[in-house]
Amino acid sequence: MWFRKKQKPEATPEKAKAVKVPKGLWIKCEGCGQIVYGDTVEKNNKVCPKCNYHFHISSRERLELLCDEGKYEEIITNLQPEDPLNFVDSKPYKERLNDYQKKSGETEAIVVVRTEIEKIRTILCVMEYGFMGGSMGSVVGEKIKRAIDICIEERLPLVIVSASGGARMQESVFSLMQMAKVSAALSDLAKEKLPYISVLTDPTTGGVTASYAMLGDVNIAEPKALIGFAGPRVIEQTIRQKLPENFQKSEFLLEKGMVDLVVHRNELKKTLGLMLSFLLDRS
Amino acid sequence: MQEVKDFESRIREIEEKIEQIKFYEKPEKKEKELLKLERELKKEMETIYSNLTPWQTVQVARNPKRPQTLDIIRAIFSDFVEIHGDRHFGDDEAIVCGFARFEGINCAVIGHQKGHDTKERAFRNFGMPKPEGYRKALRVMKLAEKFSLPVLTFIDTPGAYPGMDAEERGQAEAIAVNLREMAALKTIIISTVTGEGGSGGALAIGVADRVNILKYAVYSVISPEGCAAILYKDASKADIAAQSLRLTAKDLFSFGLVDRIIEEPYGGAHHFPEIVFENIKQTLREQLRELSQLEIEELIKQRKEKFYRMGALKEV
Repeated sequence: MWFRKKQKPEATPEKAKAVKVPKGLWIKCEGCGQIVYGDTVEKNNKVCPKCNYHFHISSRERLELLCDEGKYEEIITNLQPEDPLNFVDSKPYKERLNDYQKKSGETEAIVVVRTEIEKIRTILCVMEYGFMGGSMGSVVGEKIKRAIDICIEERLPLVIVSASGGARMQESVFSLMQMAKVSAALSDLAKEKLPYISVLTDPTTGGVTASYAMLGDVNIAEPKALIGFAGPRVIEQTIRQKLPENFQKSEFLLEKGMVDLVVHRNELKKTLGLMLSFLLDRS
Repeated sequence: MQEVKDFESRIREIEEKIEQIKFYEKPEKKEKELLKLERELKKEMETIYSNLTPWQTVQVARNPKRPQTLDIIRAIFSDFVEIHGDRHFGDDEAIVCGFARFEGINCAVIGHQKGHDTKERAFRNFGMPKPEGYRKALRVMKLAEKFSLPVLTFIDTPGAYPGMDAEERGQAEAIAVNLREMAALKTIIISTVTGEGGSGGALAIGVADRVNILKYAVYSVISPEGCAAILYKDASKADIAAQSLRLTAKDLFSFGLVDRIIEEPYGGAHHFPEIVFENIKQTLREQLRELSQLEIEELIKQRKEKFYRMGALKEV
């Protein structure tokens, strides 16, 4: 009986932020706690060589990793966020947006590009966790919607790499409705029989999981990524118990049948290429 | 949980007085006194309800005495047959599904049920659906599509259930699939937010040709308490969060995020259920008539385009 238990749930440790691995320095791996050489981690696509812990990477690093020769053409760059509700928390939303734009160098929490992955022309959307926790507001929703329109127009497959805390509170129901918007657009894409591959990275939660991140023809997760709808802290407060170690991790979702495969970052590009070729070659 | 200031206490006082007079006083004395009190009650309701803060509106929306899906079904539908289960895992009592007739028209009816008293509320998991609830709802929607029946949904939930079992069984996937399938469902869908429109758990049965909201209902991406806990690190600042989230019917309508506000008298649906049932009935009647004029392809196109238009951004 959870409601009889009075003890407070223990706080979960702070989530890892996007890591800048300093060159020529030794760093402590957040996964195994061992000291590893920074350059080695960097060369290994920011994966710990000892325990395979996947450090957070930025959207640009992800593009670098996935696009052939690191080349891509960024598209749908003309959308800027607004503050429809005049939302005030400790800082006005507008100010917060400005700060994140400066800090991350991105205009919003997603980057859309036209590129080739293993020589397959693809529209690739990568979420930027460093921009307000990758939260989805009107711009994220609209960019994906337009990306899907381009897929349909140019007969291209879609790949979305998610990293997000969910719908953005500061746009309230506008954010909520982006879930409906993108899911509706994905039904257009499905009707055209164009493939959509969803890549879920750490963390993918809330309204992003409960819309496009879970709707891939194939759902691929990075190892040990946190993937779920409700955040672990909220669940712990509900059930008044500590959650098991692997709960809501990629491997757990694989076991429960919620993702198709868990793929190491070094293998991701190759796997995407293979999957896309399976779904596109209709010989 | 913080204490909610009882802004309706004055209304209840007068109501109690009326009850007492009806019970104890002599008939000749009754009439005059009653008339006076009833006038006072009406005035009090008007004063309170015309000045509700967003946070107070949330309290009204959550009032357990407000009519819920089963009450609405009883009042404005006939021949209701409830059907259960998602055919995969189990049934979910937080979402009620079935078939019924609305003024002679066969319909699929789907709605959250929070429950009125403690026992029912526990049985209904306080209206918080689990994956099997969304999947049951989708199953019924697909049936409706197959047999060309309009789907009428009623939304009233604090949100998806944040429990381990719901996560294990993939509630995110269940919600996502509903959103995608509802967007392209080949039949009429009309949704009405009757109480609390709690985030993904609400939207999962809310992608519709027409989305209505009762005047004192709310719809939000997160509960004011949840929002306050994250942004201000203090759940007791929910009143401020409620204001920031712009979750009232009036605000949502002004943003074009809902299609119509269904009137409630001052005092709310829990004081005047019959009037509100009549208003819901009239709205559904009009909308069914209007939507049934459209070809299915056109219906779906308009439904999708409505959601495609939603968003606040600027093009530079």
